[in-house]
Amino acid sequence: MEKQKITGSEALMKTLVAEGVDTIFGYPGGAIMPVYDCLYDYRDRIRHILVRHEQGATHAAQGYARVSGKVGVAMVTSGPAATNAITGIADALMDSTPLVVISGQVASPLLGSDAFQEIDVIGITLPITKWAYQVRRAEDIAWAISRAFYIASSGRPGPVVIDIAKDAQINKIEYEYNKVNYIRSYQPLPDVNADSVAAAAELINQAKKPLALVGQGVILSNAEKELVAFLEKADIPFGSTILGLSAVSSDHPLNKGMLGMHGNAGPNRKTNECDLLIGIGMRFDDRVTGDLKTYAKQAKIIHFDIDLAEIGKNVPTTVPVHGDAKETLAAVTALLKPAKHTDWIATFKPDEEEENQKVIQKELYPKSGQLKMGEVINKVSEASGHDGILVTDVGQNQMMGVRYFKYKRTRSVVTSGGLGTMGFGLPAAIGAKIGAPDRTVCCFLGDGGFQMTIQELGTIMQEKTNVKIIVLNNNFLGMVRQWQELFFNERYSETVMENPDFVAIAKAYNIAGRVVDKREELDGAIQEMLNHDGAYLLVATVETCGMVYPMIPAGTTVTNIIMGDN
Amino acid sequence: MSTKKLYTVIIFSENTVGLLNQIAIVFTRRQLNIETLSVSPSAIEGIHKFTITTFSTEDIMDKVVKQIDKRVDILKAYYNTDEDLVFQEIALYKLSTELFLKMGAVEELIRKYNARVLEMNESCVVIQKSGHYEETQALFKELSSTIGVLQFIRSGRVAITKSKVERLSDMLAEMENKLEKKRS
Ligand SMILES: Cc1ncc(C[n+]2csc(CCOP(=O)(O)OP(=O)(O)O)c2C)c(N)n1
Repeated sequence: MEKQKITGSEALMKTLVAEGVDTIFGYPGGAIMPVYDCLYDYRDRIRHILVRHEQGATHAAQGYARVSGKVGVAMVTSGPAATNAITGIADALMDSTPLVVISGQVASPLLGSDAFQEIDVIGITLPITKWAYQVRRAEDIAWAISRAFYIASSGRPGPVVIDIAKDAQINKIEYEYNKVNYIRSYQPLPDVNADSVAAAAELINQAKKPLALVGQGVILSNAEKELVAFLEKADIPFGSTILGLSAVSSDHPLNKGMLGMHGNAGPNRKTNECDLLIGIGMRFDDRVTGDLKTYAKQAKIIHFDIDLAEIGKNVPTTVPVHGDAKETLAAVTALLKPAKHTDWIATFKPDEEEENQKVIQKELYPKSGQLKMGEVINKVSEASGHDGILVTDVGQNQMMGVRYFKYKRTRSVVTSGGLGTMGFGLPAAIGAKIGAPDRTVCCFLGDGGFQMTIQELGTIMQEKTNVKIIVLNNNFLGMVRQWQELFFNERYSETVMENPDFVAIAKAYNIAGRVVDKREELDGAIQEMLNHDGAYLLVATVETCGMVYPMIPAGTTVTNIIMGDN
Repeated sequence: MSTKKLYTVIIFSENTVGLLNQIAIVFTRRQLNIETLSVSPSAIEGIHKFTITTFSTEDIMDKVVKQIDKRVDILKAYYNTDEDLVFQEIALYKLSTELFLKMGAVEELIRKYNARVLEMNESCVVIQKSGHYEETQALFKELSSTIGVLQFIRSGRVAITKSKVERLSDMLAEMENKLEKKRS
């Protein structure tokens, strides 16, 4: 019997369903219309979120992927839509987020002719994707899409772009789907090398002052339990990178806070005091290491990573442990002798006390003056039982957010780490809420970043997405202003912002909201926001000249910490 | 500080479009100049081989090769120095027939450089010589300082390792094994 023929667009839909997709963030247009037409028949199986700008589609797909562990899917048309999606694709590469972005393309006979809305999507996205492929024949769609999901989600995850010519969407083919789970030239799951596991265990067993650096790799490989078992058995204190936050709950006794430029004093200073530094699923980014010439020179270094290209990239490694953290951590833990490092761990105490006294108390519990960012964030975290999902934009709001929000569960932080993309927050929060509908999503934005993707309030209105949006309004591009104050002689070049009435804008989108600027009204306002059934915009008017401390100036030594107390 | 020297990067890949672009991006991002480049099918069916030379340090080469290796359609990338390799470049020289014949001692010259005449007509002669860069360059110098060279072209380096088989073969066998295990 002859097989029934279907269009390329239907092949796409069938394959997406077969790959477990039930949510797509997208925006239609000419070169993807046959697919959108077919999507109309799949409304019962696939929920499509109509964003207001294609950048929003990619960021929302990122937010969705980060909280759910699934592959985020975005779908856009050709030309300007594909270029609008670029920022989210680049962001996903930097932050290892599994994403499949499907773009429409002009019909294959027109390719290369500068046809209307033709753009070389593959050429543009090759440097910012794990894989980018143009489909010109309907019969290749199922293969390419399945391969895309395999590549995006395996090994070190990342974004994949599939660009589909319009005639491939229309032409009819006999559909055949074979799930791709092997590519000869791509070995995402390295074999664990027993020798390096033994060597790592040996170094840890000998260490007197070990320090672990926890990155997002732990979360991506679902190795949170293995990590805690590892840390507890050998009694190793740790700091997290910004993306590694929430892999272990904030109140774990070995959790010494965040690494990096605005991280906690303890783990940053101890980096240059420990005798063994253990990087786990992190990549020694310059925001974490500062000047490499003075970074952890006294220590031996073990680096657990699934991406061989990361090992030895920035810091020389004594023992590399190449592999999936879930496997490698368990293997090393099995060889560890239970240990206690009580004296070493006690040395974090003075750093904690100093930071608490010089920075944290003042930021969280001010007695007078205007509201402070840290104060607002801490209260929101408390009011949501330290169990919400933190989404941030970029700038001071981000650094304050990751410093003062607390976590009980994994996958509770969605922030643009590697690319530092302003405008990420609001659409990412939409994706996060859709990916984790049972959780409270608290999205902190600066007045600058909010206005970069403010149009996504429309998506929130249409989809009735229950996100709690907190704009920390300082009427400044705060983080740039901070650098101007510290490093550019207080010359505030183009950082003052005259802002609109944000609450009125929200109201126009049928989103409830209010301004809070008085300390005595803050608790009530936060309660009102959390109790509100639906999305809510809380605009907290905060001090104009707030500073994020501690701070390690860019490119200097990790111990060069400014506390801002003089 | 390690000093720069000439490295030969040998890359095995699937035969898909866009790979050269992906490889070039890694070189460009690290500001490495590609000195020579040649691409051809390898001894293993369906697998292509890129041979690229560049001046760099071992530390950088190590990172570059890992970043290339990471691309999905790349099977394996290696870097080598000249000691590990047997390598050649091929050069073609176009000369005026008249001057060439007038020059005298032509046969001697051809023998000395181990070159050969590929083609000759009334107006011009094409000579071919393969060898290392210094060798093809020496002939070029000699010809240009005597009778002049009308046209000159040198290919990218081709190289094979001194080890017995294509290094990739073992790796491929290992991968096939893995696939078998996965299937069963
Ligand atoms: C797309 C983009 N443009 C510019 C920047 C540079 N930048 C980093 S932080 C910042 C200021 C952000 O101001 P705002 O959104 O008001 O947040 P705040 O720092 O005040 O919390 C800027 C301009 C960036 N990170 N991303």
